[in-house]
This record gives sequence, C-alpha cells and structure tokens, in this order.
Amino acid sequence: MIDHMSALFTLGNMQFLLRGAGMTLLLTMIGCTAGLFGGFLLAYARGSKGTLTAPLRWGATAFVEIFRRIPFLVTLFLVLYTAQMIVPRAPLFWVAVVSICLLCSAYMAEIVRSGMESVPAPQIEAAEVMNFSRWRITWMIVLPQAWKVILPSAVSYMVMFVKDTALASQAGVFELMFAGKALANRGLDPFLVFATVLFAYFVISWPLARFGRWLEAQLARRTHEGDRR
Amino acid sequence: MAHLDISGLEVRYGTVPVLSGIDLAVERGELVGLVGPSGSGKSTLLRALVGLVPPAAGRVVLEGKDVDYASKASLRGLRDHAAIVFQQYNLFQNMSVLDNITVTPVKVRGRPKAEAEAEARALLARVGLAGKERAYPDQLSGGQQQRVAIARALALKPALILLDEVTAALDPELVRDVLDVIKDLAGEGITMLLVSHEMGFIREAAHRVVMMDAGRVVEVGPPSQIFDAPTEERTRAFMSKIIRH
Ligand SMILES: Nc1ncnc2c1ncn2[C@@H]1O[C@H](COP(=O)(O)OP(=O)(O)O)[C@@H](O)[C@H]1O
Ligand SMILES: [Mg+2]
Repeated sequence: MIDHMSALFTLGNMQFLLRGAGMTLLLTMIGCTAGLFGGFLLAYARGSKGTLTAPLRWGATAFVEIFRRIPFLVTLFLVLYTAQMIVPRAPLFWVAVVSICLLCSAYMAEIVRSGMESVPAPQIEAAEVMNFSRWRITWMIVLPQAWKVILPSAVSYMVMFVKDTALASQAGVFELMFAGKALANRGLDPFLVFATVLFAYFVISWPLARFGRWLEAQLARRTHEGDRR
Repeated sequence: MAHLDISGLEVRYGTVPVLSGIDLAVERGELVGLVGPSGSGKSTLLRALVGLVPPAAGRVVLEGKDVDYASKASLRGLRDHAAIVFQQYNLFQNMSVLDNITVTPVKVRGRPKAEAEAEARALLARVGLAGKERAYPDQLSGGQQQRVAIARALALKPALILLDEVTAALDPELVRDVLDVIKDLAGEGITMLLVSHEMGFIREAAHRVVMMDAGRVVEVGPPSQIFDAPTEERTRAFMSKIIRH
C-alpha cells in the first residue's frame, strides 16, 4: 500500500492530475459562460411572437429539446465526427468545447426562460402598452429582475455539469478523468488513482455548490443595491 | 363624435366567446364605471381595448381614428393615447419611483430627462407622494404603489385611461387615497373607464355606469338608474347581491 502510494504521489503525477483538473474546470467555465449567453439567445428566440419569426422559434425549440434529450456522449461523438469530416485531425479540445457549449446552451435556455417567466406578467404588459419594444422589455425590465433567479440555478447546474465533463475523456479529450485513466493504465494502483480523482472532483464542485447557496441567500436578501441606472 | 366608440367588439379565448358584441360610446372627459359579476368580461374589455388580447371582430374608434389591432403602427398610435392600470404588479420592481414614471417619456418618447423628471415630481406631489422619488416599489404600501402607477399613466398624457380594479388588492384604509386621486382626474378632459367593486365611489364619481354580464353590455345609464332603478332584471339581481354583502 505504502509502495503504491509513493508510486502515485510523485510531483510529476500530481502535476499531471492537476492539469487534468484545470482542464475540467476550464471546460466547465467555458460551457457555463457560453451557455448563459447561448441560453439567453435561445430563450429570447423561443419567446418571440409573430409569423415572421416562427422559423427562429421552432429552430430554437428544436435545438433545446434535442440537446437536452440526447445523452451528452452522443452529442460529443456527433461533434467529433462532424468536425473530422470538415477538418481532419480536428483538435479534441475544441471538439469538447463545442459539444459542451451546445449542451450548456440547451440547458441554460430553460434556466433563463424560467427565470424570465418569474417576472410578473402585468409588469411586462404595462411596458407593452407603453410601447416598449420586446428587446427593451427584456433588457430594461425582465433581465434586471430575472438574473437573481437565473444565477443561482445556473451555478447549481454548473455543479452538476462538472461531472458531465468526465465524459469528454471518452472521446480522448484530456481532462481530469482522462488523466486518471492514463495513470491507471501506466500500472499505478487504480483504486488509489480514482480515489484521488474523486477527491479532486469533490474539491472542484463543493466550493462551487457552497458559492451557489451563498449567492442565492445574498440575492434573496439584497434587493436594490446595484440596480440604479 | 364620441371620443371612444366601440361597436360589435368580440373576443374569444380559443373557441370560448368572452365578449360577444360590445357596443359602447364614451364621450371625451367622461368617467364610465364598469360593473358586473366576476367573469363577465370587464377586464377582457379593457385589455382588448389596448390590444393585449386580440379582438376577433368589431370596431374601435379612438379620437376619430379606426384602430387596426393587427397593425403594429396603428397599435403604437393607440398606445400613445391610452394608458391602463391593473389590479396589481404594475410597477417595474427594478426601478425607483422616479424612473418608473420617467422611463417611457424619456426612453420611448425621447423627451429631455430633466423636463420629464420635473413633471414626474409634480405628478407625485399631486398623488400625495412627494419625496418618494428615490423609493423602490417594494418599499411602498400597496396604495402608494397604485398611486405611483396612476402617476406613471398620467405622465404619458393619455387621452384615455383604463383602470381595472385598481383598489381591489388594497387594504380598506388605503382604498380612499387612490379613489381620491381618480376623482381628481375626472373632469379634466381625460376619458376614463373604471372597473371597480367600489359601488359607493362609482355612484358618486361616474357619469355613466355600464352593467356587463356574460360578455355583453346589459344596461347603460346614469348611476341613479343603474343603482336605484335598473330596467334590466340582471342588473337588479346583481345590485341586490352586492348590497346584501
Ligand atoms: N387568459 C385567459 N384564457 C382563457 N379564459 C380567460 C382568460 N382570461 C379570462 N378568461 C375568461 O374570460 C371570462 C372573462 O374574464 P374577465 O374579463 O377577467 O372577467 P371580469 O374582469 O369581469 O371578472 C371569464 O370566464 C374568464 O374565465
Ligand atoms: Mg377582472
């Protein structure tokens, strides 16, 4: 046991795992940030009215429904093979980034939408009758109120999503899980390796979860600061 | 010519008719009370007038202009002249009282900010809320919020104001303040349609009263007729039920 431990816990191996963990964190951050923007655009498109924008509405709805329903692994391979058709030797990191953005946008679209729906309808109708455009209503009335609902949900989604990034290793993308598998394949004790990987996932997601809860409490408490135009 | 002329107005939710041919002409500066049992279509009528629910049929003429609810330009023109105040949740919660009142004049109509703010302050004083400019809606009582909502509507200088049970969600002691503000407005040339269960107030302030039931206008007349000597059985039944409560 001691031998196994000293074989695993070398500076090189730890740096290797740390790089994997950094990649996991990076993929999560990219996915969730891009997802918030993508999700907003999707939610905005879905909420459009009128016949002219109908294709946009359907497209956005289809996008959200599809990418929320198919397993992430399928999305990943879909992007991988599509990318390889277009660019042979497409860099795996970018394949992972694109897949993650697709998935996160679809999920965030629902989070953003339910946040926007939390704003009481009469406020929006009042603005409509005062000749606000839809963009102005969203920008000046809905988002300044909805972000307090959206952000905590987005962070809890992010916490869940940290785990999903592990699937990227299946397509050969280097991240924490991939680093773990690589070490185990080198003959290091798999139990110890994956226990360390587990610990690393916990270290990433637990503070994030705490942050989410703290944020929610903060936002519920303060209502006005920072609202002034 | 009447200021607001509604003829044959129909509204359906899906296939269910909610308004079945409303005819009503309102003179400029008239305060018309709208009464009737819950579900009779009073709110729907007001919402249809400002284009929040699309009419299925009928004609609305405001200030001599036919309103085409399918046309954005026509709707925009209508909404430049008409304002509506709901039962509650009117105010933008993320904006101060002053911003609530000035946002449309400044951002939508492009008026100078200083001018709009001076007017907003005067309007606030008028509804008894001088000094509340910097407050946020959730720091005000329900009655104060409704008075801000009315001030905000007035800042648009509307020719027509629609008020839908604006005191219904208020504690009894706050109702009077709001009604006083409405009464002040009557006779200033602003045409008002007022849906309310405050029968005493309608009797004292309205020029005419419209009794609605099941999506139709049952009876129209001066308050003395509707409250004391209704000609229609349904009005009589409604009034006796209200008064017994
Ligand atoms: N969004 C809606 N969808 C379907 N039916 C509705 C909707 N809003 C109102 N109704 C129906 O329309 C009728 C009239 O409602 P409303 O205009 O609110 O009446 P009132 O204001 O006189 O109480 C009621 O039967 C109500 O159930
Ligand atoms: Mg109603």
